[in-house]
Amino acid sequence: MRIGVVTFPGSLDDQDAARAVRIAGGEAVALWHGDADLHGVDAVVLPGGFSYGDYLRCGAIARFAPVMGPLVDAANGGLPVLGICNGFQVLCESHLLPGALVRNDHLHFICRDQKLRIESTDTAWTSSYEVGQEIVVPLKNGEGGYVADEKTLDLLEGQGRVVARYLDLNPNGSRRDIAGISNARGNVVGLMPHPEHAVEALTGPTTDGLGFFTSILKGLVEAS
Amino acid sequence: MARVVVDVMLKPEILDPQGKAVEGALGRLGLTGVSAVRQGKTFTLELDGDLDEARLAQVHELAGSLLSNPVIEDYVIRETSA
Repeated sequence: MRIGVVTFPGSLDDQDAARAVRIAGGEAVALWHGDADLHGVDAVVLPGGFSYGDYLRCGAIARFAPVMGPLVDAANGGLPVLGICNGFQVLCESHLLPGALVRNDHLHFICRDQKLRIESTDTAWTSSYEVGQEIVVPLKNGEGGYVADEKTLDLLEGQGRVVARYLDLNPNGSRRDIAGISNARGNVVGLMPHPEHAVEALTGPTTDGLGFFTSILKGLVEAS
Repeated sequence: MARVVVDVMLKPEILDPQGKAVEGALGRLGLTGVSAVRQGKTFTLELDGDLDEARLAQVHELAGSLLSNPVIEDYVIRETSA
């Protein structure tokens, strides 16, 4: 199974995302921001980093990159897409996911190993987990506060679209401790913490993040 | 030549931690009685030729998509003399 990883100018975690795909048993395919072609991949990861230097708003300029045209169309058609950190911001700016990510309420950049609870396993990226499972993966952001109006938050909760929630401490002021959400169909997931940094014991605090990548590969194999 | 100014502000209900930090600094520097500070952005667009209705409509569209995020921000467009 071929999982595309998009590199924007300023992406940082594209190599780690590709490595996570390989460790999970998939083939990682490098996709370039300036290339309006998904090259037939079966799913896409939008990685973390600081696309376009976070100028204007995080993800605001990346949203208009040539690769995003076919990506948005394909995501609306059901292509699985995972946006991590800056990728989550790009998905919100693209309106593939509701709400927005704003500056951390305490103003500090935060970098820590963060405990999360998986709230939904009905997505293309979380099917390998158990509902209520607690995992620890790195979190690193300056603008990771998830905001949306109350109606949208209620809708997300009501439809089971809160994918993961912060445990023990809310690191950035996210409404209702939300760390990740999905679209209604469950193929598009945005997550502020970094599962791709927790896929092997040598470099991660745990290997808890691997489940996001094994989920998508298992789902694709079963669908094929 | 035409000049268009686009002011972008966070919506009132969105927390503005940067504004809060500036508010604290103003107080520390001796300005009393500041009840709130909100920080926004200003874009000044210098446009060649005249600003006709079609171009102004284009500016509006981009002010509401690229320059601001309608989920968290409001914008105001002002035409000024260049």
